[in-house]
Order: sequence, then C-alpha cells, then structure tokens
Amino acid sequence: MKNFLKRLMYRLYLPAIFAGMYQTFIWMLRPKITTQYPEERRPVRKGYRGEHRLKKDEQGRPKCVSCFMCQTACPAQCIEIVAAEAPWPDRDKVPASFRIDMLKCIYCGMCEEACPCDAIELTETYTQIATSREEKIYDMVRLLSN
Amino acid sequence: MTQTELLWIAVKTIVVVAIVFSYVPALIILERRLAGFIQGRWGPNRVGPFGTLQPLADIIKFILKEDIVPERADRFLFLAGPMLVYLPPAIGFAIIPFGNQIGDQKLQIANLSIGLLFVMSVLSVGVYGITLGGWASNNKWSLLGALRASAQLISYELTLGLTILLAIMMAESVDPQVIVNNQVQNGWGIIGGGTLWALPCGVLGFTMLFIASMAENNRLPFDMAECEAELVGGYHTEYSGMKFAMFFMGEYVAMLLMCCLIVTLFLGGWHFPFITDPDNHSIVAGLISVGVFLAKVTTLLFIFVWIRWTLPRFRYDQLMGLGWKVFLPLSLVNIAVLAVIDIFVKG
Repeated sequence: MKNFLKRLMYRLYLPAIFAGMYQTFIWMLRPKITTQYPEERRPVRKGYRGEHRLKKDEQGRPKCVSCFMCQTACPAQCIEIVAAEAPWPDRDKVPASFRIDMLKCIYCGMCEEACPCDAIELTETYTQIATSREEKIYDMVRLLSN
Repeated sequence: MTQTELLWIAVKTIVVVAIVFSYVPALIILERRLAGFIQGRWGPNRVGPFGTLQPLADIIKFILKEDIVPERADRFLFLAGPMLVYLPPAIGFAIIPFGNQIGDQKLQIANLSIGLLFVMSVLSVGVYGITLGGWASNNKWSLLGALRASAQLISYELTLGLTILLAIMMAESVDPQVIVNNQVQNGWGIIGGGTLWALPCGVLGFTMLFIASMAENNRLPFDMAECEAELVGGYHTEYSGMKFAMFFMGEYVAMLLMCCLIVTLFLGGWHFPFITDPDNHSIVAGLISVGVFLAKVTTLLFIFVWIRWTLPRFRYDQLMGLGWKVFLPLSLVNIAVLAVIDIFVKG
C-alpha cells in the first residue's frame, strides 16, 4: 500500500513539480551572482598581466636604459625601441621612442622578466579602449603615464 | 441601441484595450526579470528604473529591424498569419466581466448571453494564424512547426472546452455575468460552486483548465510550437521585425485572456470575500472589484511565468499522450461525476 502510494505520487508528477517550483521560488529570493560590470568589478588576482607601464625613477626620469633586452625577449615582437644618447651622466642611453603594439602583445610578461633595470612592468589594467588600430600602438608618453 | 449605450461601450472598450496593452509589455518585463531571478541573474535592469522601459526599447528595435518577406512566400497569408494570432485573443476580452457593476453599467464590453461560446470560437481562430504563418513561409521547418503547433492546440482545445463546460454546468449558463454571480453567491468554481460534494470536480477541473491553457498558449512545458532545438524556431522561423513581435505579443495577449478566463470561470471573477461587496454599486466599490480582478489575473500570470522557468519541456509524444489519454478521459469523467452530483444535490 505504501509502495503503491509512493508510485502514484511519482506518476502524478505534481508533487515533483511543486518541489521544483519551491526550489525556483527560493532562487528568486537568493542574492544574485551577476557582477554589474561597469559599476562593480571583480577583483583582479595577484600577478595578473595586463597593460604595460614604464616606471620612473625618484627624479622622474624613465628608468629604461634602452638595452633592448625586452625587445629581444618578446616572443610576439611587439616592442620597438629607438635609443638616444643620455643627457644624464649615470647612464649611456635613454629611449627616444618606446612603442608597444598592444594588438600584437600576448601579455606573457617576458619583457618584465627580461628587464635588468626593473623599468617595464605589467599592470592589472585589463580594459583597453581604442577606436582605431593606430591608437592601440602605445608610445612612451602613454606607457609612462600608466 | 441608444447613443448613450454606444458611448458607454466605447468608453469600456478604451479602458479594456488600455489595460490589455499596458499589461503586455509589463508581462514581458516581468517574464524576463523573473527568468533572471530564478536563474540567479538580475535580468534586464538598465533601461529605465529597474529595467521597466526595456519593452519600449525592444519595440523600437523591432520596428527598426529589416522586415524580410521570403521570396517565394505567399505575401498575403504571410501578413495575415501574425494578425490572426494577435487579433482573436484581443477580441476575446469583449466578454470578460472585469468588475462589479457601477450604477446600472455592467463592467463588460459586450453583454453577450452566449459569452463563453464566443470566447471558445475566437480562441480556435488563433490556430489559423499559426498554421497560415507556417504554411505561407514556404519553409519546411516552419511547416513542421505549424503542424505540430496546430495539432497541439486542437487536441488541448478539447480539454479546454470540456473544463469550461464544467464551469458552465455549475452556473447552468454560458453567460459570464451569470457564472460570476453564481460564484459570488454560492462559492468559487474551484471549490465546486456551492456544493461541497463537487469540491474534487472543481479542483480537478481548475487544474486541467490551467494546464490546458498553458498548452493552448504554447507556454514552456508545452512549447512544441517554438521548438528552437529541433525545428529552428518553428512556425515563426521566417518572420522578422514587427511581424515576429506580433507573434510574440499575440502569445502574451492570449495568455492574458486565458488568465482572465480562468479567473472568471473558476476563481470567482472580481469577487473576493470581505473585500468586494456584490450589492454595493458605487464607483469606489466598482474600482475595488476591478482591482481584485486584476490582482487575481496578475497572480495567475506570475504562476504561468514561474512554471515556465521551472519545468523542462515535454517530448511531443508525451504531450499528445497527456492530452488524449489522460486529460480527455479525466475531463469527461469529471463532467459525468458533476452531473450525477448535481442530480442528487440540486434534485
């Protein structure tokens, strides 16, 4: 008899449907898991590799000494440095231009590891906005301001 | 018909049409928000406060979209399809009594004595829209989808008609006013319309009417008509832009009509104990009764949406099996039982 009732309830489907509706009602009241993107952002994990930045030393000069280590190390060949004579006595060269093609970059972080002067670094910025391909080639001013 | 009568009918028509056409977008946003909530998302919440203007944005999108008519489609029938889906349920609202009478004006557009038969006939016209739409598209998927949808609609119309017959038997009339008044005096149809013996009949009839109306509207547990998984969208595959929107909104209008019908037949219409007074014909009491009616309809609509986002789809043979092997015999037995009860109780 008990078994019969159990099977009847199963065949009726309605108890199962009500159980399902109870579940979905609970879900209606639960906190939502959506991140409302532009207003709230998920925290970036430690060591995230985003946009590059060129560092400055304590006197506000770019740390880069145009050694071409990053350009050599770059597997995507997106770094292009033009060196110039340094106006300061403590180094030989400074970059006259330092351009990174962000469209080519694969964000591997090899440039950061190759740099002997700790002058280039990958930030945690992962949003990049541009309306043309030219804008995606970052020059030294852009990289220093990052 | 005198001029004042015509004027009153015009006023009531405008009010009902305004209510219906403001309910449809509200229903769409309710559906999308609730779908989001049930799935742990927020749903559309960007356009306007709490996303309430989202349907407006949708409509603008639909109007601006390119309106494609397939090259070999039958143009006239292709245009007639969406209209036939949209218009009949909108006409059906004419006989729904949406409130207690104010003064000597009954809150019902057309006081037809054959009200429910009218609604039944109008509802079955909706099948033509789907069938014509699928046929005129000149597309195999559309045709298959239309065939499925019309087969489903026709088989569930039987159950629908038989459960409506149950309500007619309780009130002994096909006039919706009489049905509602009977429920006001004797008790709601869902509890058997007065006789306690008929309680199981009422509950069963209500349940079957509810499920059959979901099938009639192609709502999710029974949405064979859309079948996006296997028939590329079913009968409205070839429709785009505003024509698709007509199909889409027609579904919601039909759903609203169904909810109004269920409320009228089984849930006491505009009456709720201790809130509405059937003998008070003042304006305030009338408005309260309209509010009660709308509250009931909204609750039913909420349950419709809730069920849609809870249950998975039926397989097609399961759907037909449920319609023909379970609901049809059950509703026939239900009617027979109610008839016997009526004979013994009412004499």
